[in-house]
Amino acid sequence: MPHAFDEMSSTDGSVRPAYETLQRWLSSVPQDVLDHRRKEAEFIFRRIGITFAVYGEQNAQERLIPFDIVPRILTKDEWGRLSRGLEQRVKALNLYIRDIYTKREILKAGVVPENLVYQNPAFRPEMNGQRVPHDIYVHIAGIDIVRTDPDTFYVLEDNARTPSGVSYMLENREIMLRLFPELFSMHKVAPVDKYGDDLLATLRSLSPRGGHEPNVAILTPGIYNSAYYEHSFLADKLGVDLVEGRDLFVKDAVVYMRTTEGPKRVDVIYRRLDDDFLDPLVFRRDSVLGVPGLMSAYQAGNVTLTNAVGTGVADDKAVYSYMPDIIRFYLGEEPLLPNVPTWRCREPDHLKYVLDHLPELVVKEVHGSGGYGMLVGPASDKAQIEKFRAKLVADPANFIAQPTLALSTCPTMVEKGVAPRHVDLRPFILSGSDKVRIVPGGLTRVAMKEGSLVVNSSQGGGTKDTWVLDA
Amino acid sequence: MRIRIRHEITQHFEPGSRNIAVTVRLTPRAHEGQFILRWTLDLNSDCRLSAQEDAFGNVCHTFSVDGPTDRLCVIAEGEVETLDTTGVIRGTVERFPPSLFLRQTDLTEATPAVIAFAEGVELPPDDPLGRLHALMVALHGKVEEEDGPALGGPLSADAALKAEKACSGGIAHLFTSAARHLGLPARHISGYLAPEGEEEGDGKARHWAEAYAPKIGWIAFDAGRNLCGTEHYVRLAVALDAMGVAPLRSTGLDIEEQVSALDGRAPQKLAQAQSQGQN
Repeated sequence: MPHAFDEMSSTDGSVRPAYETLQRWLSSVPQDVLDHRRKEAEFIFRRIGITFAVYGEQNAQERLIPFDIVPRILTKDEWGRLSRGLEQRVKALNLYIRDIYTKREILKAGVVPENLVYQNPAFRPEMNGQRVPHDIYVHIAGIDIVRTDPDTFYVLEDNARTPSGVSYMLENREIMLRLFPELFSMHKVAPVDKYGDDLLATLRSLSPRGGHEPNVAILTPGIYNSAYYEHSFLADKLGVDLVEGRDLFVKDAVVYMRTTEGPKRVDVIYRRLDDDFLDPLVFRRDSVLGVPGLMSAYQAGNVTLTNAVGTGVADDKAVYSYMPDIIRFYLGEEPLLPNVPTWRCREPDHLKYVLDHLPELVVKEVHGSGGYGMLVGPASDKAQIEKFRAKLVADPANFIAQPTLALSTCPTMVEKGVAPRHVDLRPFILSGSDKVRIVPGGLTRVAMKEGSLVVNSSQGGGTKDTWVLDA
Repeated sequence: MRIRIRHEITQHFEPGSRNIAVTVRLTPRAHEGQFILRWTLDLNSDCRLSAQEDAFGNVCHTFSVDGPTDRLCVIAEGEVETLDTTGVIRGTVERFPPSLFLRQTDLTEATPAVIAFAEGVELPPDDPLGRLHALMVALHGKVEEEDGPALGGPLSADAALKAEKACSGGIAHLFTSAARHLGLPARHISGYLAPEGEEEGDGKARHWAEAYAPKIGWIAFDAGRNLCGTEHYVRLAVALDAMGVAPLRSTGLDIEEQVSALDGRAPQKLAQAQSQGQN
């Protein structure tokens, strides 16, 4: 594997300018002080109860995501380039989804193959011809970014359904402010705590009814969901109601919340529930998590669902490979953030290449997430590769492959002190009817194991506070 | 042929249920072989019906029952004039290109057994219509139709194939599943079948399939009876599977259905059916 770019130290041993102050500070503070602060951070995380459940794990108890106290630093200039690219990407995602459910120009133009849309399980025929309030579909996007050198940021994945993780971004900052006030006095760090206000302003701007204070609610699948902490955290931050399906009902195509003062109309629902479970009259009839009749209110234009139904048609890994073309098609611009080169195993010549180069590639399931069901060629032994080969041959359309990127590394506190570990970044992009809002930074995920490229929290990854320097 | 239809559905709820949302898909649309002479929907509850179109262009009504109640009764009644078009269905509302109907669902999932069956059928090359007929004949020989309700079970394509005996809905799933696997767009149809000639009975609710042949269009295939649609069929709704054409969806307990579909020119039978309906 090629040598990874470290965001703090250049290959010649010098420290990159953004990290100079941090590096000086790190070398001046004794190790036991750092250890102590790390323990303190863990203690705080436990006390506030920010945990998540790992699916598919026996005795799936709630776990703490490891938090690394060394911040990741991006310069204002780096962030400026990133955020312009993110805004462009989300704009294109929205135009694409609107087109797919209305005129289908991109299919007629042959830019994206029809079967990728119509045979896509995330495509919702129910959304066909359905206009959504303000023509915006992806109101809250999480775009995963990786970096390979000082100038190159790649988009690794688009998350257009219900991206999670923003509570970690906010909590990480709060804990850092509490534990390392001196570090913040040495740097001018762009604040992230306005995310709550930004999200609320975005949601309010999306109300289908004008001329009054919109009523916003967050719909959660309930306490057994792995991201429940985040749902309640956000409801608290925004000062809106956290509801479950049974707290809502639909009458004459209008959604109401049951309250002690009688029914209260709901205008905007930030739903953290998958499409399949939203409305048992339209989707899975065994869903007890949803709201019967919700889709009829949605179709009548009486409620905004964020994100819209059927946005998954834009964010699987097979569609991902067409994103540069999608950006060119709708915006007539070159993508500001490149895609990682991707082989689509559904195409025979691509499949052949992938099968011939399995030990070098990363192979992922088209609809997979959380780092499950993937092969990291260079980190796998022969038996694992052969096992995966059989899976790939049996159902090629279900996989894509990418070169194994040397993800950038950041200094991270490990057992033996500070050492480089691979990172990625998930910024959150909010699209309202008035404007696009992006809080500087996002959630940095870090692979705590030496050499590991898998940053997913379900696979033992941790998180870091992400700093965008204001000057 | 003039067919008179009465379809009564009773949905039971927990006693005292309130604010119940319901969707009914009980209003047929016209096409070249089917003209709706009159059609009414009647409910045992006061509520505002609003007509909507679902994803596939079916007419739906979604409404809410205030309650408290423990049962909802919906009666669809009407008369339809049909023509024999040798199964070719034209003049329908189409919201998608045929290729959408290559999409499998949970009920039509092409399991290894279904794939083996589909690929084992001897298909004439380069003749989509011939291929569809061959598939229908093979399926008819393999799976026997069971008397009973249209969705009596086994219902999924896989279960229907393994049981070698299924309701008309299960047979339609197997047909659509196999056709889609072979690259032939196919979809699920719900409707009514009036008795033919001297046949006894009041007619019934029935499910069948439609498959697409380029240059011809959509053609109705009823593999349970080994024939393409005739003037005895009334087409009610279209979707990817039986879930999508469900005549009533709500979150209640049991559902009871009573259907009659009779030759409107045979007054005796009609009088009989009507007196039965009042019991």
